Amino acid sequence: MRTEHQPLIFELSTEGRVGYSIPSLDVPEIPVETLLPSEYLRQEAAELPEVSELQIVRHYTALSNRNHGVDSGFYPLGSCTMKYNPKINEDVARFPGFSSIHPLQDEETVQGAMEMMYRLQTSLAEITGMDEVTLQPAAGAHGEWTGLMMIRAYHEANGDFNRTKVIVPDSAHGTNPASATVAGFDSITVKSDERGLVDLEDLKRVVGPDTAALMLTNPNTLGLFEENILEMAAIIHEAGGKLYYDGANANAILGFARPGDMGFDVVHLNLHKTFTGPHGGGGPGSGPVGVKKDLIPFLPKPVLIKEDDVYRFEYNRPQSIGRVKPYYGNFGINVRAFTYIMTMGPDGLHQVSENAVLNANYIMRKLEPYFELPYKQHCKHEFVLSGSRQKKLGVRTLDMAKRLLDFGYHPPTIYFPLSVEEAIMIEPTETESKETLDEFIEKMIQIAKEAEETPEIVQEAPHTTVVKRLDEATAARKPILRYQKA
Amino acid sequence: MTFRYLPMTDQDKKAMLEAIGIETTEELFQDIPEKVRFRGRLQIEEALSEPELLKEMGRLAAKNVNTKEYSSFLGAGVYDHYTSSVVNHMLLRSEFYTAYTPYQPEISQGELQAIFEFQSMICELTGMDVANSSMYDGGTSLAEAALLSAAQTKRKKIIVSKSVHPESRDVLKTYAYGQNFEVVEVDTENGLTSLSALKEAVDGETACVLVQYPNFFGQIEPLKEIESITHDAKAMFVVSSNPLALGALTPPGKFGADIVVGDAQPFGIAQGFGGPHCGYFAVSSKLMRKVPGRLVGQTVDENGKRGFVLTLQAREQHIRRDKATSNICSNQALNALAASIAMTTLGKQGVKEVAMQNIQKAHYAKKVLQEKGLKTAFDGPFFNEFVVELAVPVKDAKQKLLEEGIIGGYDLGLSYPELSGHMLIAVTEMRTKAEIDRLANVLEGLSCAQNISR
Repeated sequence: MRTEHQPLIFELSTEGRVGYSIPSLDVPEIPVETLLPSEYLRQEAAELPEVSELQIVRHYTALSNRNHGVDSGFYPLGSCTMKYNPKINEDVARFPGFSSIHPLQDEETVQGAMEMMYRLQTSLAEITGMDEVTLQPAAGAHGEWTGLMMIRAYHEANGDFNRTKVIVPDSAHGTNPASATVAGFDSITVKSDERGLVDLEDLKRVVGPDTAALMLTNPNTLGLFEENILEMAAIIHEAGGKLYYDGANANAILGFARPGDMGFDVVHLNLHKTFTGPHGGGGPGSGPVGVKKDLIPFLPKPVLIKEDDVYRFEYNRPQSIGRVKPYYGNFGINVRAFTYIMTMGPDGLHQVSENAVLNANYIMRKLEPYFELPYKQHCKHEFVLSGSRQKKLGVRTLDMAKRLLDFGYHPPTIYFPLSVEEAIMIEPTETESKETLDEFIEKMIQIAKEAEETPEIVQEAPHTTVVKRLDEATAARKPILRYQKA
Repeated sequence: MTFRYLPMTDQDKKAMLEAIGIETTEELFQDIPEKVRFRGRLQIEEALSEPELLKEMGRLAAKNVNTKEYSSFLGAGVYDHYTSSVVNHMLLRSEFYTAYTPYQPEISQGELQAIFEFQSMICELTGMDVANSSMYDGGTSLAEAALLSAAQTKRKKIIVSKSVHPESRDVLKTYAYGQNFEVVEVDTENGLTSLSALKEAVDGETACVLVQYPNFFGQIEPLKEIESITHDAKAMFVVSSNPLALGALTPPGKFGADIVVGDAQPFGIAQGFGGPHCGYFAVSSKLMRKVPGRLVGQTVDENGKRGFVLTLQAREQHIRRDKATSNICSNQALNALAASIAMTTLGKQGVKEVAMQNIQKAHYAKKVLQEKGLKTAFDGPFFNEFVVELAVPVKDAKQKLLEEGIIGGYDLGLSYPELSGHMLIAVTEMRTKAEIDRLANVLEGLSCAQNISR
């Protein structure tokens, strides 16, 4: 990474420079004043930067050099599944037959795209053990909301308007309660027990005739499999509620267990996590949702179906929750996910989860002597350490995370889940080699030692990045959210 | 079969199992109750090698009629525009696309700065004070604007013009149902929001008025009049806008819009069968702390050096949890980057020139079609789309056009029964005079044939 200051693109602008090339107007020009009322004709030009093509290339190359991706180095960001993003996926998604097709073209002209979608949704239904899948939701959070809206529609179709509560474990991601709110529910929290799993007694206490659903990630955000899942499903189902599966952690169980077999009624997957999206610096993602039979009528419109080898979108779905997104979802991401599934096949996906889980357990056991491990059982694809021991020495989890930057790593997820003090959540994924894991383990141990012997090295980290720690308080107090000409 | 993304060898596996102190990986899965343990083999397609897979995906792609080979007059919210080669090359810098949300700013300055620049460019085009880092798309962005308006005004009635994209209105209705808000659709008159109907609909319960500019028919809505009707009722004025059009049109900010949303797809983002595209969300400064999604702000590091961070996070779902008004988390960062690069390639001159060419070419097309005897609907000012009335069913016309290598316009009858037989035609800077003339000739031929057969 280069350390010099990189000007804003606006600061590189010089009047009269251009970075584009379009043909000259080839139709007779009519004075625009005669076509549009002057009030609606822009008077002051939009001040976009004026730069040449090479300046643009240098600028964005410089910015990319100030960014860390999976291709740059290890990225054990827990719950985000930062696995390798295959190059073939990028090539395939750019085939003109996928990238240059319009969503409103006649269906006969896009049968190949629809076939791809159909094969993907069928594969995802099999992988999750669900009966039907929609590819419409744009991301995980969007999938959660879509799924909850379907659960709401289901209850309402049964004349059940008093199911206003969604139960969420205390270890859940903040998106779960937020999605519940946007779908018109109130959320209530169920506690975890000393083993990090949902406390069954507390679940029995909070469940009731007002329960719409329980949202659960399994394995949960601590990387632990909810062993009592069948008991939980029974408690919820007996109360008339539905079970929602947050697929954030699906990378742990491909071919080992299926949410549909665990009693889940609705499932969303994050294709940008488990199925190599890529993450894109924060999207676009894709969050398909799978449902069991009794929820099929409520799927968002349109539903993609196959009849006599012809694919078509069905709009006549009277009980549907409606549209959740214009067109048919983040198709380009779905192409990549399908390409990935076709690369791995049934045996490959099974091996993905086996290796992801083995990698996580390996790091966990190697680090156990040096860090507090709040939950001792085997983990699944990720695990959570606590920085509590180091905190007593004046070194916080944040400091250790920043120190990792000096070694070329993206740090783990930190301070999440909230239920673990000074949490450090590590998810190595299956695409990392043992050598990479060993180097990371070595550096983590080094940091634990530094915390004891030379804490200031950790407290003052990072030392090698293009900027030091940034003043986030001032950024929020006196926000500067856009470039303004000096 | 071996898998090139899985580096673990038998040797590695043995050493790791030993380190953990177990015999087999099976022991790591013992916590999954046998009853839910999947013991079968997933019934999905068998794995393909890289060359086989390229062939299969190539076969699927080849089945689709694409706009690289056909000349497209289909718009209706998604457009075929000029994109410099630079955009794709920069997007393929994998430090961008293989990164996640910039939670660690010290090693994410590239992404953060790019988003800060995106926010700045969107503000410039829309004439607004603050723009976020992106939303899923124009449709969900519009729905989120309605939710924000309702939260801000503590009112529950959402008014939307029927000249707003039909699919966006559908999405809006789904979101509104979730929050128990009422959606009232206002009729159009001569292709524009009916001002008298709007006046009648707006009242003291109205949270916001949503219009599109240029609207779904390509027409330029009278924002000035709509603004005063809206603000007289102390409702929020929300404008959904094609940002490329704003290279030539007066920005909604100048007309007093409180929120401007839309899709940045026209800037360097593939049509891609409808997604992923890139919603944007811009507001006046009074709404700065209410914006959904992520915001990047400028700050300094310990040494006083300029840097960028995610900021005002107290607004967001991961902090506010059930108090959040939006649940958006992942957005469309990579496509915001694509849009930024595309906007940069165009620059101050290019964005205006491209927008002006759209106006000129669309007006030329309308004139030629009229000269060929085709009827056009609506006579107000428009950007790059207009409506023609065909003498034959639109479906038949499109079939004929397809045979001539042309993707015809949108069949308006699909979403506006009263406009059955009407086609919405989009003409961007990508269409040449020759292509436009060819379109006109085919459509003329069809209407003549129809007249003769009568």
